[in-house]
Amino acid sequence: MVESTRPGKRPLEPEKRAIVIGASSGIGAALVRRLALQGYTVAALARREEELHSLAKSVNANCPEDTETRVLVYGHDVNDTDVVPLLFQDIVRDLGGLDLIVYVTGIQPMVDANEYNFDKDAAMINVNVLGAIAWLNQAAIRFERTRGGHIVGISSIAGDRGRVGSPVYNTSKAALNTYLEALRNRLARRGVTVTTIKPGFVDTPNLANAAKTFWVISPEDAAAQIYLAIRRKRGTVYIPARWGMVGLIIRHIPSSIFRWMKF
Amino acid sequence: MIEEQTSKDISQNRHASSSGQLSLEHLEVVSAWGGASRSASYVFRPTTEDQLHDLMLLAAKSGRSIGLRGGGNSYGDAALNSENILLDMRRMNRILEWNPVSGVIKLEPGVTISQLWQYVLEDGWWPPVVTGTSMTTIGGCAAMNVHGKNAYQAGPIGDHILEFELMLPSGESILCSREENSDLFFAAIGGFGMLGIFTSVTMQLKRVYSGLLDVQTETQPDLASMFDYFEAYVDYSDYIVGWIDSFSKGSALGRGDVHRANYLGSGADLAPSQTMRLENQHLTPNMFNVMPRSIIWIFMRPFMNNLGTSLINMAKYQAGRLGGSKQLRQPHAAFHFLLDYVPDWKNSYGPGGLIQYQPFIPKETARDAFADILRLCQRRGMPNYLTVFKRHRPDDFLMTHGLDGYSLAMDFRITDERRRRVAALARELDEIVLAAGGRFYFAKDSTLRPEVAQAYLGQETIDQFKAMKKRNDPDNLLQTDLWRRVFT
Repeated sequence: MVESTRPGKRPLEPEKRAIVIGASSGIGAALVRRLALQGYTVAALARREEELHSLAKSVNANCPEDTETRVLVYGHDVNDTDVVPLLFQDIVRDLGGLDLIVYVTGIQPMVDANEYNFDKDAAMINVNVLGAIAWLNQAAIRFERTRGGHIVGISSIAGDRGRVGSPVYNTSKAALNTYLEALRNRLARRGVTVTTIKPGFVDTPNLANAAKTFWVISPEDAAAQIYLAIRRKRGTVYIPARWGMVGLIIRHIPSSIFRWMKF
Repeated sequence: MIEEQTSKDISQNRHASSSGQLSLEHLEVVSAWGGASRSASYVFRPTTEDQLHDLMLLAAKSGRSIGLRGGGNSYGDAALNSENILLDMRRMNRILEWNPVSGVIKLEPGVTISQLWQYVLEDGWWPPVVTGTSMTTIGGCAAMNVHGKNAYQAGPIGDHILEFELMLPSGESILCSREENSDLFFAAIGGFGMLGIFTSVTMQLKRVYSGLLDVQTETQPDLASMFDYFEAYVDYSDYIVGWIDSFSKGSALGRGDVHRANYLGSGADLAPSQTMRLENQHLTPNMFNVMPRSIIWIFMRPFMNNLGTSLINMAKYQAGRLGGSKQLRQPHAAFHFLLDYVPDWKNSYGPGGLIQYQPFIPKETARDAFADILRLCQRRGMPNYLTVFKRHRPDDFLMTHGLDGYSLAMDFRITDERRRRVAALARELDEIVLAAGGRFYFAKDSTLRPEVAQAYLGQETIDQFKAMKKRNDPDNLLQTDLWRRVFT
């Protein structure tokens, strides 16, 4: 039996459709809520399916006028890069198309100042970098052919410099930044938008592993600002915006000085 | 190291494709003809029945449905199958058998009307039913059961199909005619590609004795005169079509032009072999001998708004009125394929494109209903830019749009700002049409909702159609966006 694409697609009332990878908590979950509120149909992915189901339930309950499901749930571990091409294709079929993909998943294990733990490092590279490449490559191939679409990667201010605190976390985010920049340059001529989001401190479980925090914003605030950046088709955006100034300064501190700094 | 990784990548891809992934090389953005909606599909272009069968196996393996697409001239989503497989049938376009004595022709589904008339005219034949564009395919015409400007007399194209072969998703091929598998004959014609794939269509063509038609144009000052004129002339005309100025108000509501045409009888054309020659049928590539017709739409674009089109409609009516009644002889192709006259004219509607809303209403209620419809569109600030008026008759096909009455084809420009307003207006118009006992036509449709389809077709008809679909296509392999929108 051939499964049906979502029924009821009306030519005059086109839907916006998004995939959010890493949607079970934090920024991802908040972004799913925000996108659904803005009329998107969202495919929400994460390893923890139960959290996704409760998220979907609460979002779908909040869209009473729509009989359609707003959030579709897919269990997925981003380490399983083998399954991504087929899963991507199936999800896009289920959605009936694709306008936006957001890669949110990221891990930041606690790393001591003098710790060199390859298992933790490899995990960060796999989840923060390779997972993103596996998913966003698929989106790039598709959007290149369909001449349109929006790719968003949630990176971090941490990718702006290599710092003493978390070398491989910085590396992973720097890699993601460079990858997204390259995608942007490749795809701009095809009408595809690529947005790099660089949040500062956001009140999520990952934050517990950060040494010192300030200017902390809630995931909901972050999601609202990310949505705005998506709507405005921005390139690189710091969240909140004042981190842009910090980033500018940090990036220009000479290495000879930066190496003696504490953070 | 690098080599190792590359070979790993390749094995991953192989793994993926064996589990039902479709090659992205086939992914294409496909647009509804009107351009108001578009979506991506995995497009394949089969040339043989074997390839068709292979594609059905591929669809089953990848868990995706198959939509059928001919010339892609359906205004809405009848030939779209978002994110699934779409078969562009235009390469199966051989003329299989032609008998110039009897006028019986057997065609592959991808043969276009343009290909067909050019093949037979010099032998003294013409397709009995043609669409307003000649880019439509026979398979598409049969699936939509299209009609022409002679619908009140010739009926839909299905009435001229003698038999067809239908390939089912199982690969089995069934011959259908009025005698053999007649239930499938009357359901697959007009069944918008849901019951099987036409692999050949045999039809009876119409004898003509000239390459020209006697054409008469006249203006009508209001809607009542328009109806009266049609009633008076249907018995004496081979073709009649009306164009209505949808901006006209008050006592002039529904004014417009009428074009009617008659075949020339045997002997009326002194040199039929000349007029039937293809070079005497073809449209000239330039308008006024200078402007290439392919770029006219660019100059139309600034006028495609309420003000511009109201001026055009008024000017057209007044020019017709002042010019008075005109009689002329026109080649078949020039009279019929008005939509091909300005290539890409739909582009003048801008990036949002257009939709068409075409209700069919019984003659008893049509006069009031059409007046209500025209007035409602004006009240909502969305008069149609092009409105065409035709007469129809009933037929025996299961999912038919035909009835003893009239149709009003209205083109609405679509922009982001107008989208929801047009959708809301269509809902209001649906009420008028249903109350008047009207019907709708899948080839034109973009707005039909399941409850409206149920109301005009009747639950029994829909059940019958679905039961037949279940029998022919148990895995529900054949689908389109239209099918999912209206019937699931």
